Amino acid sequence: MKTPDTVRLAWRLLSRDWRAGELRVLIAALVLAVASVGTVGFFTDRVKGALTRQANLLLGADLLLSGDRPLPDEFMREARLRGLAAVPAIKFNSMVQAAGGPGAAVLADVKAVTAGYPLRGAILLVDPGNAAGKVAPGVPPPGEVWIDSRLAARLVVQQGSKLAVGESTLTVGAIVQQDPEVTSGLLALGPRLMMNLDDVAATRLLQPGNRASYRLLVAGDAINAFRDWAQAHLDRGQRLESIRDLRPEVRQTLERAEQYLGLAALVAVMLAAVAIALAASRYLRRHLDAAAMMRCLGAPQRQILSLFALQFLVLGVGASIAGCALALGGQQLLIVLLGGIVSADLPPPSAWPAFAAAASGLAVLFGFALPPLFALSRVPPLRVLRRDLGLPRAGGWLAYALGAATIALLIGWQAQDATTGAIMIGGTAALLAVAGAVAWALIALLRLLPQRGYSWRYGLANLRRRPLASSLQIGALGLGLMALLLLTLVRGDLMRNWRASLPADAPNVFLINILPDQIEGMHALLERELKADVPLYPMVRGRLVAVNDVPVDSTRLTDARARRLAEREFNLSWMQELPRSNRVVAGQWWKAGETGVISLEDGIAETLGVKLGDVLTYDIVGTRVSARVANLRKVDWDSFRVNFFALYPPGMLDGLPTTYIAATRAPDNPAWLNGLLAQYPNVLAIDVGELLHQVGAIVEQVARAVEFVFLFTLAGGVLVLEAAIAATQDERLYDAAVLRTLGASRRQLTAAQLAEFLALGTLAGLVAAGGATATAYVLADRVFHIPFGWNPWLWAIGIVGGALGVAAAGWIGTRRTLRQPPLTLLRQFG
Amino acid sequence: MADPVIRAVGLSKLVISGEAPLKILDDVSFDIAAGESVAIVGASGSGKTTLLGLLAGLDRPTTGEVWLGNTALNGLSEDARAALRQRWVGFVFQSFQLLPALTALENVMLPLELAGASDAGARAREWLARVGLAARVTHYPKQLSGGEQQRVAIARAFSGDPEVLMADEPTGNLDGATGSEVAELMFRLNRERSTTLLLVTHEVTLAARCARRLSLATGRLVGDERSSLGGATAA
Repeated sequence: MKTPDTVRLAWRLLSRDWRAGELRVLIAALVLAVASVGTVGFFTDRVKGALTRQANLLLGADLLLSGDRPLPDEFMREARLRGLAAVPAIKFNSMVQAAGGPGAAVLADVKAVTAGYPLRGAILLVDPGNAAGKVAPGVPPPGEVWIDSRLAARLVVQQGSKLAVGESTLTVGAIVQQDPEVTSGLLALGPRLMMNLDDVAATRLLQPGNRASYRLLVAGDAINAFRDWAQAHLDRGQRLESIRDLRPEVRQTLERAEQYLGLAALVAVMLAAVAIALAASRYLRRHLDAAAMMRCLGAPQRQILSLFALQFLVLGVGASIAGCALALGGQQLLIVLLGGIVSADLPPPSAWPAFAAAASGLAVLFGFALPPLFALSRVPPLRVLRRDLGLPRAGGWLAYALGAATIALLIGWQAQDATTGAIMIGGTAALLAVAGAVAWALIALLRLLPQRGYSWRYGLANLRRRPLASSLQIGALGLGLMALLLLTLVRGDLMRNWRASLPADAPNVFLINILPDQIEGMHALLERELKADVPLYPMVRGRLVAVNDVPVDSTRLTDARARRLAEREFNLSWMQELPRSNRVVAGQWWKAGETGVISLEDGIAETLGVKLGDVLTYDIVGTRVSARVANLRKVDWDSFRVNFFALYPPGMLDGLPTTYIAATRAPDNPAWLNGLLAQYPNVLAIDVGELLHQVGAIVEQVARAVEFVFLFTLAGGVLVLEAAIAATQDERLYDAAVLRTLGASRRQLTAAQLAEFLALGTLAGLVAAGGATATAYVLADRVFHIPFGWNPWLWAIGIVGGALGVAAAGWIGTRRTLRQPPLTLLRQFG
Repeated sequence: MADPVIRAVGLSKLVISGEAPLKILDDVSFDIAAGESVAIVGASGSGKTTLLGLLAGLDRPTTGEVWLGNTALNGLSEDARAALRQRWVGFVFQSFQLLPALTALENVMLPLELAGASDAGARAREWLARVGLAARVTHYPKQLSGGEQQRVAIARAFSGDPEVLMADEPTGNLDGATGSEVAELMFRLNRERSTTLLLVTHEVTLAARCARRLSLATGRLVGDERSSLGGATAA
């Protein structure tokens, strides 16, 4: 036979199988595998695309110099000397309120800019006549602010409204549609406000307690030489950002998200692979006769192999295209689910994820289908005379080594590092094995149940008849269900339990940036409004510069957290008494009058490698203060009280620039807070409830997105079930025929089938609820250290949901067995 | 003659195979009285099993009618025919047709439970004892020999107390000695319960034990002979 003939025959055989519905499960599994990998692939590709496309616009410059204190003038002078454009900017937080209105104050991200900003890209303002917006003419002039639409919505203001910003009243000049710093649009928390740099001083917002980022934007041809020069002149707390090291935390977050979502998608691929393996072995059994006949007619092994491989290739390519189409829809849904976190303005996806997804699908198909295909090509021709010849050994472990290797490769590729990959492979395999073993034990226990009625007996007997296959199905379905239970019920439980574990009197409002001359007024105001004696704690900002007189070199610290801590400014305070919710774990708390000592939180001491007795030197706006570590404290951060990493005895920091901080529990009524902010506009109020709400909303969205990805896992479990049903279809047809002959009605047959799937689903639900409960316990007890709450709904929903869902899926898969006339079947199998 | 238990009137069965329709049964008519033992004989492909299937309501004729007692099968749905079989017909097949997932006992209980009997377990045990398998009740079919499996099938067939026992080559898959034992068991029980026996076989000795033989050739009824022996004394 010539090649074109082989192709034609392959096509004919494939279309016949297609019409007969033989390929349904195989195709569905393949489409699922491609769709799940593709959805995640397209999604991360688009988000990364947004980062890359806007990279040079992202900073609004070619190079960004930033520091937590005002930058020395020499940077700007040097940049201009080298013919570069350079403009300063400051970013900080402030409470913003509609002037004179009754509305609540909102914590906003403020950016103060000056003429020339941005050096790259443009600010886009909302234009009612043009959805794309219009390019802003320069920057907000003095007396004006430009705000984003979120801030406008929160404050219920529009163009022309007056806003109270610190001690100034400024007019809303425009609504910003897009600021060059799009990265903050990608993972934005607070609403934003842009103002003129010249207006900042009058607001009196930049107090020592307010953390601000002082920036210099630089752009031009000679940027590389300037970068080298600036790098050499950087002081502590100052850093350079360029397109190259652009928002590393954003990139890192994205890469991690990609890794985890990708691995979640791979769980679905693994289950799809199981379904493919089952379907392929059924395909093999169904085509043995045809292959034997072709061998008998003189076809060489190679030709038979290529004949069937060709069919699978066509199948694989077709299913991949369908899977990619589904993935395009899926990623769009993912973006909608993550709306608010991920900017809606993403570039279209590239073709690369489609290739990667299709390649994964084809790899799984051939990894699991090739062994049966080889077996098919080696069928002895004598089988045409003796039907019992040439039956392949089902599930030979060696044959599936290829498939296992394929899966391992895919996981390795997705995990990007060997450890994560190994954990993933080991974890999923262990989960499946444990779920399978539990299922096996449960199936064995079924025997002990009183078995009333033939339908239960028949259903349970069917489960016991194929313990390995049943355990696999229960494990696969249980895994999918467990993932969903964890993401829905367990997540809610943990969140609720954590909130419930907070002390009832935990403060819900933090007031920071209170100036020394405002202490008395503030204290009186709080007493009047809240009927409470709210303590105000002093706060001084300083940077750790030396340990035991050896200068701290942050570049030599290997731990990333330690490096960050060493570079940033600490909040330092003083206190005579050991604060509530603190407990000394090493050394002694100081006595009255003791000086030259410092107290450190034990976690931070460990991170920085500081021990009891070490001498720490802090630089506080140019003044160096040295003190010996007298004690280490454990701090209960969950108390939500004001706590400090570093504390001094009173007197040591006198005369240094100080602001005050207070934390209190207040009613939700915003009137008192608005009154307070009107009187003290420099004060920042952080509403813990609002913060928790914001974090909760983000967690909610992320969880929904992950849930969506795990829906693929559940679909994978259902496919394993369908594949197993298809693989046992002949046995089921036979059983149905015998039952029919013995006088069973259609209802009785259905009841017997349903009993089996109800039992299967119940067991899968049990495994899922058990697994989810165990995970919840570990998370509550070991990770979050909150009381573990046993949730009966987890079991109720897991078991009932599993039973009903699996019964429905099983019924759909077995409907056909009820329709055949018994005689035909008995003949076929007799 | 008493009212017939089984009545076939002008039965034909056509199947569409390839281009041309193939006539498997062609205008077959006969009556079988209660208590008769009848062998349906003929060469392979003569339509014996098809005929048995039509008589049991396992399939529908293309034309013609089948009556079981006073009920015509033609007008009945698949479920109604199944219900009728439950009350009237017991089956023994060449390949036993036991459900592999169920034990011997559970296989015998099956028709009783389908009929809603409350004492299915006890009756099934009793029947297994009667076919000599009291010690094998908890065994699965694959743990039993061919002869034992067929004895389970016979117990299952008789357990529902049917009017008619239909057997399709019941000894076809068994070796000579086992086949004779199984045949002996079947005929003995049949005699004790005065069941009507309808037996499809191409084994001459087995057919000779029946009082009446219907011969089929290429789908047509070509012979209907009765022997005076009535099968009762044949060894």
